[in-house]
Amino acid sequence: MTIAAEARAGHQFSHGWLTRLFDYKPFLVFICLLPALGLLLVFLSYPLGLGVWLAFTDTRIGRAGYFIGFENFQSLWHDPVFITSVWNTLLYTGVATVGKFALGLWLALLLNNHLPFKSLLRALILVPWIVPTVLSAIAFWWIYDPQFSIISYILVDVLGWRDTYIDFLGAPWPARFSLIAANIWRGIPFVAISLLAGLQTISPALYEAAMLDGANAWQRFRHVTLPMLMPILAVVLTFSVLFTFTDFQLVYAITRGGPINSTHLMATLAFQRGIPGGQLGEGAAIAVAMIPFLVMATLFSYFALARRKWQQGEDND
Amino acid sequence: MTDQAAAARPHLVEKEQAGVIDWSSGPRRFITLYLPLSLFVIILLFPFYWMAITAIKPNSELYDYKNNNPFWVKSPTLENINKLLFQTDYPQWLLTTMTVATVATALSLFSSVLAAYAIQRLKFKGSQYVGLGIYLAYLVPPSILFIPMATLIFQLGLFDSQWALILTYPTFLIPFCTWLLIGYFKSIPFELEECAMIDGATRLQTLWKITLPLALPGLISAGIFAFTLSWNEFIYALAFIQSAEKKTVPVAVLTQLVEGDVYHWGSLMAGALLGSIPVALLYSFFVDYYVASLTGAVKE
Repeated sequence: MTIAAEARAGHQFSHGWLTRLFDYKPFLVFICLLPALGLLLVFLSYPLGLGVWLAFTDTRIGRAGYFIGFENFQSLWHDPVFITSVWNTLLYTGVATVGKFALGLWLALLLNNHLPFKSLLRALILVPWIVPTVLSAIAFWWIYDPQFSIISYILVDVLGWRDTYIDFLGAPWPARFSLIAANIWRGIPFVAISLLAGLQTISPALYEAAMLDGANAWQRFRHVTLPMLMPILAVVLTFSVLFTFTDFQLVYAITRGGPINSTHLMATLAFQRGIPGGQLGEGAAIAVAMIPFLVMATLFSYFALARRKWQQGEDND
Repeated sequence: MTDQAAAARPHLVEKEQAGVIDWSSGPRRFITLYLPLSLFVIILLFPFYWMAITAIKPNSELYDYKNNNPFWVKSPTLENINKLLFQTDYPQWLLTTMTVATVATALSLFSSVLAAYAIQRLKFKGSQYVGLGIYLAYLVPPSILFIPMATLIFQLGLFDSQWALILTYPTFLIPFCTWLLIGYFKSIPFELEECAMIDGATRLQTLWKITLPLALPGLISAGIFAFTLSWNEFIYALAFIQSAEKKTVPVAVLTQLVEGDVYHWGSLMAGALLGSIPVALLYSFFVDYYVASLTGAVKE
């Protein structure tokens, strides 16, 4: 009532041109979209275009660059550090994504049972995802310390499975897998909680029907859970691949690309060359080189899964 | 076969009706459910425990695993935290992060509410393309943008100022908030707004007095999520801020507390812990909103 009364009062007193202007739809649409689109155009679309342009120039910090064509890309092609970073990024994305989804799906299935303190559990599980990545990465840095690593302590002094402490970050391969493990650790909660939301939408009637037809646990998972989960899995996978591929924080915080540039991802290499190194053109070229991979990975994970869902849906009909 | 046999037993049938996947009771349920679940929880939370226990350990215990159990602390000390708060710029970093996150969140919420309202309620020609464009903007990762953005920030004269962060954070906050709010606006019956407009309210009055109060849960979700994302942001803050005292907590802990060859793990962990507490507190109060916005964003 009060709202209606106030609105009526407002109507009576405000026949001014301003009110009429704000009720004129095209103007209102323009005004409403202005802040969001303005910010996005200036600080997102323009930099995106500028980045592509910079990749074809030899810009440095404090000096405008000239157009040099594909020179940046040609020199990167012969740059072993860049090639290593591309392989690292692919390995990092591939292994971490598989790990995150296997473990995340398992955790989601576990959480989908009737459990005591379920909401508390769900809250605790999301914590790694809420806390700033860099700060948890610092904790991992300490966990991976060559001398005081708690993992080494458990393996050597408590369990006696090894004789020497592991040098997690001192050599290329252990360092790569340490980073992947940290990334999986951080990614599990997101995957698990999103997939749990998907699992909860699956009707129990489907499981009952499958059980009446004599399907065992694996068959129920394979033929009921997985197809029903496919749409949400596709979206979560797309996001996860996207953010793992362009990850920067974990690697920068834990190894900074070392030892001897062997754990650089494309994003950290772009930063190192572009900002402290001052080679803005080259850094932009590395960043632009990520775009084709990203587009491919996104299209693949999205369409591959979406098509399967569509086919299976058709079969079921 | 075993499943069929189990299904014949009445108490299990009851459970299945409640939507439970069939697990046998007793030891098997322990092995297949509680054991892996507790392992997950322990592994997911261990780094935070380790962070906390390291932060309150005196150096004598920190570097001596032979005589002390590393999982516990005998004589806890606040020296690391004390050093952090009174001998570094830590309070200043906290304040900066808080300011940047709050202003960026407010700015993004304001822009997103208007944009979502325009896209969802003022259906205009091409509104779905604008919506799709904003969604695609969410898929552009900061790692690709930070170099050209740094040159832009430099040209605008914002380098090394809080405004550089306040104006760039909305690039990833607005797409997220707009999509979340479009979903919420969809769930509010348009009839309510129609009523208000028939009573003579203008469009903006309707938005302010009818739609927004009803969309409050969505606003809270979007707001706390945006705040957390800004608090956690790293790459822009690393690239655009140079002076030590203007840095945000995640960047400062990593770059200012780790100088030289000796890492002061105690104060480093204390820094990481204190920097996590604000978001952890916010999170603990609004868990359900977080889950709603996380899953809502994925479903949309």
